[in-house]
Amino acid sequence: MGRTLAEKVWDDHVVRRAEGEPDLLFIDLHLLHEVTSPQAFDGLRLSGRKVRRLDLTIATEDHNTPTLDIDKPIADPVSRIQLETLRKNCADFGVRLHPLGDVEQGVVHVVGPQLGLTQPGTTVVCGDSHTSTHGAFGALAFGIGTSQVEHVLATQTLPLARPRTMAITVEGELPEDVTAKDLILAIIAKIGTGGGQGYILEYRGSAIEKLSMEARMTICNMSIEAGARAGMIAPDETTFAYLQGRDHAPRGEEWDAAVEYWKTLRTDDDAVFDAEVLIDGTSLAPFVTWGTNPGQGAPLSASVPDPASYEDPSERHSAEKALEYMGLTAGQALRDIKVDTVFVGSCTNGRIEDLRSAASILDSRKVADGVRMLVVPGSVRVALQAVAEGLDKVFTAAGAEWRHAGCSMCLGMNPDQLAPGERSASTSNRNFEGRQGKGGRTHLVSPQVAAATAVLGHLASPADLSEADARTPAGAR
Amino acid sequence: MEAFTTHTGRVVPLRRSNVDTDQIIPAHWLKKVTRDGFEDGLFEAWRKDPQFALNRPEHAGATVLVAGPDFGTGSSREHAVWALQNYGFKAVISSRFADIFRGNSLKNGLLTVVLEQPVVDAIWEIAENDPEAEVTVDLERRQVRAARPDGTELSADFELDENARWRLLNGLDDIALTLQNEADITAYEGSRPSFKPRTITA
Ligand code: SF4
Repeated sequence: MGRTLAEKVWDDHVVRRAEGEPDLLFIDLHLLHEVTSPQAFDGLRLSGRKVRRLDLTIATEDHNTPTLDIDKPIADPVSRIQLETLRKNCADFGVRLHPLGDVEQGVVHVVGPQLGLTQPGTTVVCGDSHTSTHGAFGALAFGIGTSQVEHVLATQTLPLARPRTMAITVEGELPEDVTAKDLILAIIAKIGTGGGQGYILEYRGSAIEKLSMEARMTICNMSIEAGARAGMIAPDETTFAYLQGRDHAPRGEEWDAAVEYWKTLRTDDDAVFDAEVLIDGTSLAPFVTWGTNPGQGAPLSASVPDPASYEDPSERHSAEKALEYMGLTAGQALRDIKVDTVFVGSCTNGRIEDLRSAASILDSRKVADGVRMLVVPGSVRVALQAVAEGLDKVFTAAGAEWRHAGCSMCLGMNPDQLAPGERSASTSNRNFEGRQGKGGRTHLVSPQVAAATAVLGHLASPADLSEADARTPAGAR
Repeated sequence: MEAFTTHTGRVVPLRRSNVDTDQIIPAHWLKKVTRDGFEDGLFEAWRKDPQFALNRPEHAGATVLVAGPDFGTGSSREHAVWALQNYGFKAVISSRFADIFRGNSLKNGLLTVVLEQPVVDAIWEIAENDPEAEVTVDLERRQVRAARPDGTELSADFELDENARWRLLNGLDDIALTLQNEADITAYEGSRPSFKPRTITA
């Protein structure tokens, strides 16, 4: 019987298989950041162990880093200690590190792909759940806990039980205003935050094949929000074109050998998935969340749902709690929800394509009065590219703040936070209670919806803007 | 890791589903560089409410958390497990756990037990009816037991794969176990294709 993409990559990494035990898998790439690594390095010290494969390990700083005044000492002493701890650990153990101020610094999941380290058919781990992002290249990539970080540092392997596989097939052409973010939010709303639990998802079908690498990363990134272990997309010409010439991509004969292998990484026609979900791409529309988990979303044209409409008592209860926390009432049109803050950034939507699309909407427009808009590139490289294209000027001319690279308001470990009761439209991935700051309220959106929302001051899509423009003479915009 | 064989303790009923790790331990606690001292951050936002289950005096000192479905979703932070342990929990019961959280908990000796929702409902009722009631989480027999208010015994079997159970029962260190297969790792390393990426050219 044929095998799925996930099974092929899994099988190629089995170091040891024994009856009644989890497989021992080899890890090709281990990414580190400051938050989930200190206790792992401490563990190594305590047991007198070394990092087994420094050449498969790389670290950057992202979660705690400020996005303003990066040349000044970090104000929060606890954040500073955590960054200093990473620097000391990397120096002591010999790990390659890209600290704040370095040209390769940025959100760990933006840095790996742009260096060309994330490659098809590799296993990639990081002490961060959004490691699923790297699956966009046909890599088997998943988040791990700190004990596992220590395990990989010491052994370059992980004992793992083989997950089941689920195909998510999206057929048909996506409507013009529908982005990868809308698609993944719609998928999560359909299968639920626990729907992918225990599975590796493979996104496939004609709509997926047409997506750029950036868009594929947005989709795989949020696999974890559906509860999945990982998300993958089979590598193809789009993947190879993205990789060719990058710093760590193979060259010459090695490139040819690699591509030959990468081309075998497709699910066989006679392979069987443990579960299958079919999505009609043509039926999708811009999608936003109204609640406090990423599965609580709806098309932008819809209204806030009535909790009473849920049959499942725990879903009903969770919807009631969500509306209370979010300060929303059932039946209210989503388009009428006013926001205070718009955040464009994160490992979900902080890549160059995301900034380009947000900028194209803000070009010669203004952020609405009373709305604060933060644009935070996913990495220093993304920032430099944006500056080279003049995007930073577009953002600042519109009244948005152009910041330094990092996780920033995605989780508010640095000073970029919502105040209690403040409401944001955010291109990040989690709308959990307090995620962007204590008492803050988050609506997850695409970069396009974020930009249109910034201009109009309420949740909106670019289509709403053209209607608004039509009512305003061009010169007055 | 501390071994887990069987534990008997009182229950905190947490009637919430989708308890994500941002609720279990908020991000600002993640700046600590140690494994201890997280107990005050556990469910920090909800603990402001005096009615929250953890704040109710009758549940003080309880060691078994019984929560709604999809417990531990979201971030991979192991700090969530440490916070529960630092606070004093030995086991968590739910009808469904997020994968990473479950893996993290078993690695630290916090037993996560999956029971059907009707059994979870029954334990909630027992604990709400009598906060002094105790449940026993028996890993050797893979069974949860408690006395119902009418005196009958509630007993439910749970599944846990044999390997994870063996590691927990013996409190075994994963890394030491893996390193027993050193020869296999070295052999695998010798067979990796040369086109695979490297972060540094050593
Ligand atoms: S951008 Fe957000 S989701 Fe991504 S790694 Fe940073 S904090 Fe996590």
